[in-house]
Amino acid sequence: MTTQTIAGQAIDVDAEGFLVDPEQWTREVGAEIARENGIPELTDRHWQVVDFMRERYLTEGAAPSIRTLGKASGVPVKELYALFPKGPAKLAAKVGGIPKPRGCI
Amino acid sequence: MPVPSNIVILGGGTGGTLTANRLHKQLGDGAHITVVDQDDCHVYQPALIFLPFGLAEPETMVRSRAGQLHDGIHFVIAQVDHVETAENAVHLTDGAVLDYDVLIVASGVRLQPEETEGMTGPGWNERVFTFYDVEGATALRAALKAFTGGRVVVNVVDMPIKCPVAPLEFCFLADWYFADRGIRDQVELTFVTPLDGAFTKPVASETLGGLLAEKHVELITEFAAGEIDGAAGVLRSWDEREVPFDLLVTVPLHGGAAFVERSPGLGDDLGFVPSDHRTLQSRAAPNVFVIGDAAALPTSKAGSVTHFEGSTLVTNVERFLAGEPLEASFDGHANCFIETGFSKALLIDFNYDTEPLPGRYPDGHVGPLPLLKESRLNHMGKLMFEWVYWHVLLPGREIPGISDQMQMAGKHQPAEREESAP
Repeated sequence: MTTQTIAGQAIDVDAEGFLVDPEQWTREVGAEIARENGIPELTDRHWQVVDFMRERYLTEGAAPSIRTLGKASGVPVKELYALFPKGPAKLAAKVGGIPKPRGCI
Repeated sequence: MPVPSNIVILGGGTGGTLTANRLHKQLGDGAHITVVDQDDCHVYQPALIFLPFGLAEPETMVRSRAGQLHDGIHFVIAQVDHVETAENAVHLTDGAVLDYDVLIVASGVRLQPEETEGMTGPGWNERVFTFYDVEGATALRAALKAFTGGRVVVNVVDMPIKCPVAPLEFCFLADWYFADRGIRDQVELTFVTPLDGAFTKPVASETLGGLLAEKHVELITEFAAGEIDGAAGVLRSWDEREVPFDLLVTVPLHGGAAFVERSPGLGDDLGFVPSDHRTLQSRAAPNVFVIGDAAALPTSKAGSVTHFEGSTLVTNVERFLAGEPLEASFDGHANCFIETGFSKALLIDFNYDTEPLPGRYPDGHVGPLPLLKESRLNHMGKLMFEWVYWHVLLPGREIPGISDQMQMAGKHQPAEREESAP
C-alpha cells in the first residue's frame, strides 16, 4: 500500500492503483484516475456505470462483474467496452474508488 | 406427538439428494420431506469430462433421482414457477402450491448458451460444442472421433462456472487423446479464458499454467468472449480480438434456475441465491436455506463444496426448527481432482481463506494423495469417487478421513515451498 496525491488529496492505493478505502474517494478523485487511465472526460454514461459499481460495492461488499453490469447497470456490455476500454469492470472499479473486483472462483 | 415439519427441497441433484437423506435420517417422523425436480434423471456430473474422450458412457452416468432418495421421502416431478417467501409457498407451473416450514433451494445452475451471440447459431453441435451436459458431451465425442487435425479452442465465456478446473482438464485430456491417436502434431490446442491466468488462485494458477505450457497448450487470457461465428469459425471478444477455430469447445454462461429469477427477493442478478456464507441461511427469509451451485457464495461451484455444505445445512435446519441459534460452520471448503491426462491427476484442497497449496491429503503424515502434483494415485482417486458418490455421498454417510472443514495439516505454505525449492 502506498499513499498518492490524487486531485490534491492524500489517497491510499494498492500496488495496482485501486483505492484501499472507498471513503477517501470523491468525484474529483474519480475524474483524475480516469484521466490517468486514458479516459479524458467522464460522460453521464460513464458516471452511470461508476455510480452503480460504487453503490453495489457499498451495499453488498463486492464489486459487480461485467456480466452483472451488463444486466443491471442499464449499460449494455458492448457499450461498457467502448466506455472503459480493455476491462470495464476493473477500470470502473478503479475510477469508482473501490477495490479490484475479485475474479470469480 | 408434535406436528411434523414440512420441508420442501427444490432440486434432486447432489445437494438436494444428500440433504434430503441426511435430514430424513436425523428427523425421522418429525418431518415431511418433499423433493421437487423437473425430471427423474440424476447425472453423475464428474464423468462429463470423460465422455467426449470415450472414457465414460452416457448410459452409466445417469440414474433415477427418486432411486437415490431414502424410503419415506416424497419425490415430485414438476416445474417450479416461483417461490413466495413471504407466504412460505412454492408455486408450481401446473397451479399446485406446496407450503413449507423450511425451504431448501438446491436447484443448481442453468446453462445459458443463448446468452452469447451466435453460440447456438450455425455450427452449434457441429463445430461449436459444450461438454457441460450429456447431450453436448455426446455430440462432441462424435466430432472428436472424426477430427483429423486443425485448431481446437477451449473457451470459458465468463465466470462463475461449475467445476472451474474442468476446462483445463479438457485441455490436458485432449492433449493425451490426440497423442494417443498419433495426431497430436496436427492439432493446435488453445485455452482462452476471461481470467488473467490459468486459474483464479495464484499458487495453483502457476502450477496449472506450467502444465499447459508443458503440454503445448497455448494460453490466451483476459479474453471476454462476446460473439461466436460458427460459420466462419471465429471466436470474438467484446474488445474485438479474434481467435480462429476449427472446433470450439465452449463453456456457456451459467445462471441460476429460472424460477429463482421469478421469485421476488430470492436471487441476485444472475439468479443465484445470496446467503450467509457460513450458515447457508438465505438473505431472503430465515426459513429459506441454499446449498450447492444454486448459492451465490464466493467459493467454487463443485460437488465437493456441496458435500461439505451438507453438514452445516442439516445442522442449521434442525436448529432452526428447534428455535436454536444457527451454527456458522461452513468455511468454503472445496476439494477437486484435476485430470491431467496419461492416467494422472492433481488434487487441490482450499477454502474461503486458504488458496490451494502443495502438500498431502487428507493428513500431512498418513495422507496418501499428493496435493497440486500429478500422480497416478490421484487419477485412481477420481475414478473411485464415482462409487463413493452413489453409495456414500448421496445416501448421506460420512466419508472416512475427510472432514467438512478444510485442514491445514499436510499443506505447505508458499514461504516453506520457496525454502525447499532447489
